[in-house]
Parts: sequence; structure tokens; C-alpha cells
Amino acid sequence: MDWLNTFIQGSLLGGIYALFAIGLSLSFGIMRLVNIAHGDLIVLSAYVAMVVGQGTGLDPISCLIIVVPVMFALGYALQRGLLNQTLTGGLLPPLLVTFGISIIIQNGLLQGFGAYTQRLQQGAIETASLQFGGISVGVYPLLVFGVALLALGSLQLLFYRTGLGRAFRAVSDDADTAELMGVDNRKLYAVALGIAMIFTAIAGVLFAIRTNFDPAAGPIRLILAFEAVIIGGLGSMWGTLIGGMILGIAQSVGAALSPTWQILAGHIAFLIILIVRPSGLFPRTRD
Amino acid sequence: METDRVERGTWASRIFAVAAVVMLAALVALPWWGDAGEMRLIAEMAYYLALAQLWNLLAGYAGLVSVGQQAYVGLGGYAFFYLTRVLNIDVYIALLLAGPFAGLVSIPVSFAVFRLRGAYFAIGTWVVSEVFALSAGLIAVLGAGSGLSLTPAIMREIAPDRAGRDTILYLMTLAVAVVVFGIVYLLLRSRHGLALTAIRDSEPASASLGVNTFRTKFIIYIVTAACTGLVGGLIFLQKLRISPEAGFSINDWTVVVIFMVVIGGIGTIEGPFIGMLVFIVLRELLADYGAYYLILMGAIAIVVMLKAPSGIWGWVSHRFNIELFPVGRRLSLAPSEDLAKR
Repeated sequence: MDWLNTFIQGSLLGGIYALFAIGLSLSFGIMRLVNIAHGDLIVLSAYVAMVVGQGTGLDPISCLIIVVPVMFALGYALQRGLLNQTLTGGLLPPLLVTFGISIIIQNGLLQGFGAYTQRLQQGAIETASLQFGGISVGVYPLLVFGVALLALGSLQLLFYRTGLGRAFRAVSDDADTAELMGVDNRKLYAVALGIAMIFTAIAGVLFAIRTNFDPAAGPIRLILAFEAVIIGGLGSMWGTLIGGMILGIAQSVGAALSPTWQILAGHIAFLIILIVRPSGLFPRTRD
Repeated sequence: METDRVERGTWASRIFAVAAVVMLAALVALPWWGDAGEMRLIAEMAYYLALAQLWNLLAGYAGLVSVGQQAYVGLGGYAFFYLTRVLNIDVYIALLLAGPFAGLVSIPVSFAVFRLRGAYFAIGTWVVSEVFALSAGLIAVLGAGSGLSLTPAIMREIAPDRAGRDTILYLMTLAVAVVVFGIVYLLLRSRHGLALTAIRDSEPASASLGVNTFRTKFIIYIVTAACTGLVGGLIFLQKLRISPEAGFSINDWTVVVIFMVVIGGIGTIEGPFIGMLVFIVLRELLADYGAYYLILMGAIAIVVMLKAPSGIWGWVSHRFNIELFPVGRRLSLAPSEDLAKR
């Protein structure tokens, strides 16, 4: 029963990692941009929620009403103003520019809020649990997993049922031809990063309710997102969920052996899968 | 009669070579005319320069944009501490072993990370470094999470008094920086350098002309890891303590190094010098304002990447057509009347 429990907790943990990964996966899938600042943007969302919460007295999840549009606007502006200029010059410009953004966000947060560990308080739901035949499952992790499913489902609809989704797929397949067909790539990319930031904001706030964060917490979140994407296979949305779950299970197994092993076990699972199946479990996009 | 010649040096590089020798001589003599604070600053500049040259070789020439070089700084540092503290090996031998150890570890690492391309390679190298950092935090003989310190006995091995130690450590750092620079420079002037420059300019084109890009990259990765390990051993010999957090710090050993190279001019041998100077000057000027120098470095790096991707040196060298450390070849044509006669 213990191992089943570990397995279930790990799978649920995977939900939040899948949410982390969606933003990264979207920007890679559509504009081939690997956003090194992704983890810091996740943490930034949590800080925005904290400030909004302090200002309005709202609970963190309600704060999303404000945090989501703010992050969408930030993503749009970042892509339009800065990142669009990096897309033609090969590998280095996008990598180094997002790297620069990452350092600016980290140190900006450090200057603004200090190095203190923070946490968002959602109240009773954090500790509530349900019983399933002897296994106790937290309501909150279940809720987060549900949000991840919802997020992936809505992206599926967006991509395959709307005009915007068709444009995204066209640009992803062949950006030059899409442009010839009348798609304004630069604007589309800006919308894409905006949408990626919506999921980033949700992930950032939901994670900040269950785990501490500080200005330096971004890189580990980027790495977790990246591992989920690679394990699942580039470009596969549901693969990302499986990737997140595998990562979560590996971490839970590691943590069951010894608490200090949690993160390390996830990294090791990632490296093993990388060596055995370099293109991930369900690859779709080619780069 | 004058004929066409292929030249490597230029007038600027010859004048500069003399100036560089004079400057180096002055730096070697620093213990006799400077104080301990100056020696510490110059030593820091020397090892940052070495790290910047190495990252530039890796990313600027071989196209291997790693953000995980802190793995080898930490491995070199830990190897040095393990050999001296636990196995009681002589300080100098331990330092010489730190580099090859890091190089050895980089071989299996390369099997994993070379499967990733581009930006994914970058993050993959980062994950590997995290694995090393977390592992170091679990190993009891390495002091687990709190790390190791050098004992006074080990320090006395280098020199009995503090002034002597400062001098020896300073000269060692200078020597390592010069050796690393020499390795990078000679490598770039060799056959491999030609292959590397071709890869830098276009990987598919160089591959189609017979450059074994995989082997070249593999060699560069291992050599860079070994040299980075040596520098790491030296850095932590100066710091006297190592911990997983300090040893495998991405900010200290990779982020600032990347900014230096990008600002100075990636893919040039002079760029890292200039970037290192910019970094040190900014940090010293803004020393009282916390982390703002990092924010400023990041912002400058972004602007440089977007507006002048070849960096400060790239701009200068293009504008004035000078090369201080010539790694390329120039064709010097004989006067045209000779050409007409032939």
C-alpha cells in the first residue's frame, strides 16, 4: 500500500510539473524559442500574486483574475519588444537574451523583496484530504492535477478548433510560408508568449501555495519544466503530462527512500530517459 | 623578388605582443610592488579570464553553448579538497590531478548531453551540474551539505607565513591563467583551430567540407572540462572552503562568465579580456549597491546581443581591422607590377 501511495502522490505532483512545462513547450513548439527565463517568470507570477493579495486582501487563487492578465501583457510585450528580434540570428541570441532576462528578474526580485522565503496562504483547502480505501489523497494536489488536465484540454481545443490555433500550427510547421499566406508572425508570436504566460501564471500561483519560493527559486522550476518536456517528447502536449508524472513519481520514490533524494531522483530519471530515448517518449515536433 | 605570402601576424599584433610581455612581467612582479588586496583582485581577474576563454572556446567556436561549466569548477574544487584533506596528497600534485579528473568525468557526461541540440544541450548541461551539486551534498566524506575546509597544516605546506602564501597563490593563479590562455590560443592556431573556426562560421558547411564536427566538439568539450577543473581547484584553494552551493554555483562560474564573453565579443580571443574588464569595473563601481551590477550586466548583454552581436571587440576589430592575437591567416600579395611580369 505504501508504494501505491507513493505512486499516486507522485502522479499528482506531476500535474504541477506539467503546468510548468506547458509554457516552455508552447514557446518552443510555435517559435522554437527556449525561454531560459521561464522559471523566473513562474516565480515572478507568485510575487505578483503576493503583492496583489497584500493590496486587495484576496486569496491567492482569486488573485489570478489580476495576475493572469498582467502576465499575459508581460509575455506579449516581452515577445513583441525583445524576443522577436532574436529569432533570426541562430541559436545564441534567444538563449542569451532570455538568460539575461532571467538574471534581471532574479536580481530585481532580490533587490525588491529581499532573499526571504515566501509562501502564499490559501487556507483550509491546503490541508484537506479525501480517503480512498486507506489511501489519503490531498484535495489540493487533486485540484492542481485537475487544473493541469483542464489546461491541456483547453489548449487542445485552441489548437485544433480555432482559427488562432490553425495559425499557430501553420507557423510552427513553416513560418515563412505562413507569412506568405498572410499570417503576421510577429504578432502571432507575441500572442503565443502571452498565452504561455497565462499558464505560467497559473502554475506559479498554484505551486506557491504548496511550496516556498524566493527570488532564486526560478532555475529549479525551469529545470523541472524542461525535464517534463524532454521526457514527454518535444511538441507533444499529453506527453508533457506523462513526462511531468514520471518526474513526480521518480521524486516521490526518491523522497520515500530519503528526503534528501527527492530532487536528485527526478534528475537521474531524466538522465536515464535521455540516454535510453533521446527524443522522449512521445516526440512530435522536430527542431 | 617579393612574392605572395600568407601572414599570420599584423603590425598591431606584433606591437601588442611586446606590450603584453611587458604587462605580464609587471604582473609577475606585483608581489614586490603591490599589496595583498591588489594581488587578490588580479588573481580573481586571472581566473575569470581563464574561465571566460574556456567558455568562449566551447560556445563561441565549437557551438557548444553550455550553461553547466560550473559542474567542472565544482568537480575540480572537490577533487582538490578530497585529495589534500582526505588522502593527504601534496597540494601541488592534487592541483595537477584536479584538471584530469574533471576531464575524465566529462567523457561519460558528454555521452548524455551530446544527444541534446542547441538550447536543450544548454539546459541538459545545467541538469548534470545540479546532479553533481546534489550528490556532493549527500556524500559524507565530502562534508555533505556543509562542505570541506582546508586545514592550517595544508596551508603551511604551501608557505609557512601568510605573506609567502599570498605571493605563491597569486603567482600560481597567474601561471594557470597564462597556461589556459596558451592552450586556447595554440589550439585555435592549430589544425583543430581551423576546424573550429569553420564550425563557428557554419557547422553544416564545415561538415560538408570534411571537418569531423562531432570529434572536434568532443575533444573541445573534454579539454575545456579539464582546464575548467584545474581553474576550479585553484579557485577553491584560494577560498580555503568549498560547499556544494559555492562549488557548483551557476551564477558565479557560468552566468557572469557568459556575460563577459558576450559583452566582450563571442568567438574572438580578445573579447573575453574586454568582457572581464567590463565586469570587474562594473562590480567595483557598484559594489555598494548589492546585486545591481548583475542586473546591469544582464541588460548590457541583452543590448549587445541584439545591437552588436559580435560584442565590443567585434565592433572595434571590424572598425579598425586589427587583431591582437591573430589566429587566422592573411594573404599578403606582392606588388602588382611583379604580378604583371609573371
